[in-house]
Amino acid sequence: MSLAMAFYKKEDESASGLSSYYNNKTTIIQEARVFNESPISPRKCRALLTRIVYLLYVGENFNTQEATTLFFGATKLFQHKDAALRQAVYLAIKELATTAENVMMLTSSIQKDMQPNAEVIYRPNAIRALCHIIDPSMAQGVERFFKAAIVDRNPSISSASLISAYHMFPQAKDVVKRWVNEAQEAVNIKTGGYFGSSVTGGGFFGGGSQSNAQTVPSSSNITQYHALGLLYLIRQQDRMAVTKMIQQLGGGKSGSGTTLKNAMALCMLIRYAAKVMEEDPNVQRQMVELLEGWLRHKSDMVNFEAARVLCEMKNVTPAQLTKSIAVLQLFLSSPKPVLKFAATRTLAALAVTHPSNVAACNVDLESLITDQNRSVATYAITTLLKTGNEASVDRLIKQITGFMSEISDEFKVIIVDAIRSLCLKFPAKHAAMLTFLSGVLRDEGGYDFKRAVVEAIFDMIKFISECKEQALSHLCEFIEDCEFTKLSVRILHLLGIEGPKASQPAKFIRFIYNRVVLENAPVRAAAVSSLAKFGLNSNDEALNQSVGVLLNRCLDDVDDEVRDRAAMYLKVFKKQTLVEPYVKEDSVLSLAALESKLVAYVKDPAASAQAFDVSGIPKISRAQAAAEAARPSSLDTIGVPSTQTGSSAAPPPTAAETQSAYAEQLAAVPSFEPYGAVLNSSTRLAELSESETEYQVTCVKHIFKEHVVFQFNVSNTIPDTVLEQVTVAMATSEDSGLTQDFILPIPSLTATSSPGITYVSFTRDVPTDYATASFPCTLQFVSKELDPTTGEPEEEGYEDEYQLEEVELSAGGDYIVPSYASFGSEWDRMKGGPSVTETFGLGAAVDSLKAACDSIIEVLNMEPLGGTESPTSSSVHTLQLSGLVTGGGGKVLVRCRMTFSQGVGVTLELGVRAEHQDVCQLVVNAVGG
Amino acid sequence: MGLSVSRLLSGLFGKKEMPRMLTRWLPLQEFLWYDFTCLPRLTRCRLDSLAKVGLDAAGKTTILYKLKLGEIVTTIPTIGFNVETVEYKNISFTVWDVGGQDKIRPLWRHYFQNTQGIIFVVDSNDRERVSEAREELQRMLNEDELRDALLLVFANKQDLPNAMQASEITDKLGLHGLRQRTWYIQAACATSGDGLYEGLEWLSANIKRRV
Repeated sequence: MSLAMAFYKKEDESASGLSSYYNNKTTIIQEARVFNESPISPRKCRALLTRIVYLLYVGENFNTQEATTLFFGATKLFQHKDAALRQAVYLAIKELATTAENVMMLTSSIQKDMQPNAEVIYRPNAIRALCHIIDPSMAQGVERFFKAAIVDRNPSISSASLISAYHMFPQAKDVVKRWVNEAQEAVNIKTGGYFGSSVTGGGFFGGGSQSNAQTVPSSSNITQYHALGLLYLIRQQDRMAVTKMIQQLGGGKSGSGTTLKNAMALCMLIRYAAKVMEEDPNVQRQMVELLEGWLRHKSDMVNFEAARVLCEMKNVTPAQLTKSIAVLQLFLSSPKPVLKFAATRTLAALAVTHPSNVAACNVDLESLITDQNRSVATYAITTLLKTGNEASVDRLIKQITGFMSEISDEFKVIIVDAIRSLCLKFPAKHAAMLTFLSGVLRDEGGYDFKRAVVEAIFDMIKFISECKEQALSHLCEFIEDCEFTKLSVRILHLLGIEGPKASQPAKFIRFIYNRVVLENAPVRAAAVSSLAKFGLNSNDEALNQSVGVLLNRCLDDVDDEVRDRAAMYLKVFKKQTLVEPYVKEDSVLSLAALESKLVAYVKDPAASAQAFDVSGIPKISRAQAAAEAARPSSLDTIGVPSTQTGSSAAPPPTAAETQSAYAEQLAAVPSFEPYGAVLNSSTRLAELSESETEYQVTCVKHIFKEHVVFQFNVSNTIPDTVLEQVTVAMATSEDSGLTQDFILPIPSLTATSSPGITYVSFTRDVPTDYATASFPCTLQFVSKELDPTTGEPEEEGYEDEYQLEEVELSAGGDYIVPSYASFGSEWDRMKGGPSVTETFGLGAAVDSLKAACDSIIEVLNMEPLGGTESPTSSSVHTLQLSGLVTGGGGKVLVRCRMTFSQGVGVTLELGVRAEHQDVCQLVVNAVGG
Repeated sequence: MGLSVSRLLSGLFGKKEMPRMLTRWLPLQEFLWYDFTCLPRLTRCRLDSLAKVGLDAAGKTTILYKLKLGEIVTTIPTIGFNVETVEYKNISFTVWDVGGQDKIRPLWRHYFQNTQGIIFVVDSNDRERVSEAREELQRMLNEDELRDALLLVFANKQDLPNAMQASEITDKLGLHGLRQRTWYIQAACATSGDGLYEGLEWLSANIKRRV
């Protein structure tokens, strides 16, 4: 659609000035005067309406006022009976109704046109327009009419009312649901038209319906398609009903008994079947039988749809695929391009998971490489690349090189991705493929295409060490003439990492320094960093010296960032102790956490008196960072049609994202303003109720400098009651070190306003102490029933309470957050600081070292380092943990030496090193308590 | 007048001339019928059966279809407008019957252009709301586009026992105070058709006179 729009726009621009004047919004609004003329000229009005619809179609936007003016102009045309004019009016008002105001003005007129006595040619138009005009509350008013119209013998009236009902459904579910019998009847129509109904238009105003002499009855049975759509919409929540509908309409095993004559309706039914199968594996067998029947249907479209669904089915077995692949194979030699395209596209996707099955089509696919349609050829080649063996790779690559220049960027990306996966599959062929990639890198192409190529080469460098140097020099050549800053920067970064390890690092220096001379500031800055890494990572004295000289020259750069980087690296050069933390450091700050803390810092005016404390940000290793930012570069996704990627949900929010969301919520509560910034919010929601109960409560704990705030998210799942004054009562013990300040209740909570949040705030008696405690909690509220007619709560409610699980305030998760560190060096560095060592017997409940590790990590909520979370020996193990203590508590490292012997269980020697003594105690208590 | 005049006029103007009339219903009366649960049934009904379904307030859209079809039809509140062509004495009147609910009232102005006459229908039986009818009428007559429009007032529902006389309504609507306006008030009863044609007769005569 958007493509079509762009196309039309382009055409408009190139067309004569007259056309752009003629079809100009302002001109048209002025010319809308013809609507007010008396008498009306139907011809002129129709021409103008056509231009309005055309403008809307090519993407012109009318603002509310313009649309309203045109809409009301068009309504005046209802005084004229000309049938062609009335149809044009309906087309225009359907489009304008979405933006214009007060469209209900047409309700009476449309309803009059819908009546059975009205001219048949108007009726479908009026019915289709109705759903754009009426208020959902009026749906009931038209119910009787719709029930008759859906089963009307005239297919266009029946279709129109089904479509209108479909559009009304989201707003008027209850009413439209009652039309299910009529829709069912419409689905079951026999060929031709509908004659079997006792419902006629008789008895209405004007008496009896007119014959449909003006319209030629459609023989496509398209009504079935519309009726099926409505039926599914009504039943989609009820999987049993959908399954029954599919079986009923599917017409038995062979599919021959189906009443569905319309191919599109059958295709829809197949899609519904696919959805049902995906949700409920139990019905898979029955559905597959139906689908296999449809593979033999007389319509190509139905055959293809069934074959596609079978190919995309979860856990499909090779045996189940044979028949559908045979159908697709037949399409490959079809003279119709659309069939060839559909078949190659499906096979390309299937080849990812079942290459051996698709290989059966290889002969047909090879003949398609030279197909005139480049889209077909591209899919054919990518499929062959996936199904082919090592021997055919060279031949294929030669063929691809031949037509790379003829296809669009989009397909080039597909091919490059296929090559990338092929490289990893057949590393022995890397030379041919690298030549191919470096060749296409020189071709013309947009950013997406170049990025695909560069990423393919990156992957080769990462996984195939033989080709590393060759690939790096190709990249060096590429950045000599690269118009994309982003790509240049990435390549320079990679050169900085990989270059120094090469046999002759010096040869890259020239390329990199050229960037410093020739490029824009971001690229120059990246080049400086890259250069410095060559100097710092190499033992070659001469090289170091020349890098130093080059960096010195960068000090004169016009850009601040470039100069700063050069100066910093020069400093590092002079002081070798800085190399470790600044260049070779293998951990990075967690960017998400850094961002949320910075936002909090900027928003809190009081905090700006002190410098931002970066030591409170948890760190992650480079491997973790890379995993977080990972692109889907694995073999799985390549060549899969893009429709599937769209359905994948957004990734779940990371811990840091949740934290900043909490911080925003808390900032909105004025009572917490004097508390300052949140030091830490627990990342896990603690469930305080069973998930199936009437009232559901989860808890989040927020630690402030001198306060602890418990946030209770309460959901009321009972639709007809309202809970007022909802609070959570927390029983505190004397020695917890916490004093309750206040409770912020939820004034009123209904099922629709759930979940609501109530807060309980405590003061930390001694802010430096890490108070831990557990609190028995009770949900308290006044329950009132809602009057079903008015929706108002009744006057008198009754007080009620509801027992919840205990809330724990503990070391792990509340005071300690995981953070990465290099354990060995840090452990040695903190040797002189506070430390505690204690020995525990973990008891019989912990029956292996793995279980001990898991529970310690869970209790302490610290980062396991160097893979020590999975023991390799069954008797002796050392677990290394690192974390940060909130509120400036600094780093804490834990070494757990464990032994396990049958009968005794796990014995644990817990060594804690931290920056404060009480932190050590906190950790020991958490494990010991 | 009758035959000779109309023949003369039809010779002069024929059907080319189509004066447009705007009927205007007293807004509050609409509420008496306001019921979204009814289908727009334009079914033929006998008057005696109407009384039973509570349509004793018939008078608005009813007049239009009484003139158009010569019959009484059941109507529902007009959400929007009805437009019909009514023939009388060889003149075609395009009559816009625009609904009178609160939310529709501001939209009347869209239909003022080209309007040569306003038919204002008053429920003669509704003494409480006659002052509101007066306000609505005065506001409308102030519209620039209706500067030259004729005003015909139907004092409807004269069949009801407690109905106000036409003269009383004239006072209450302040018709005597109108300046620069050709107006006429006609006692009418939509259900029986009494007075309707007299009103049209006045309209056609005055439109012809102007032309």
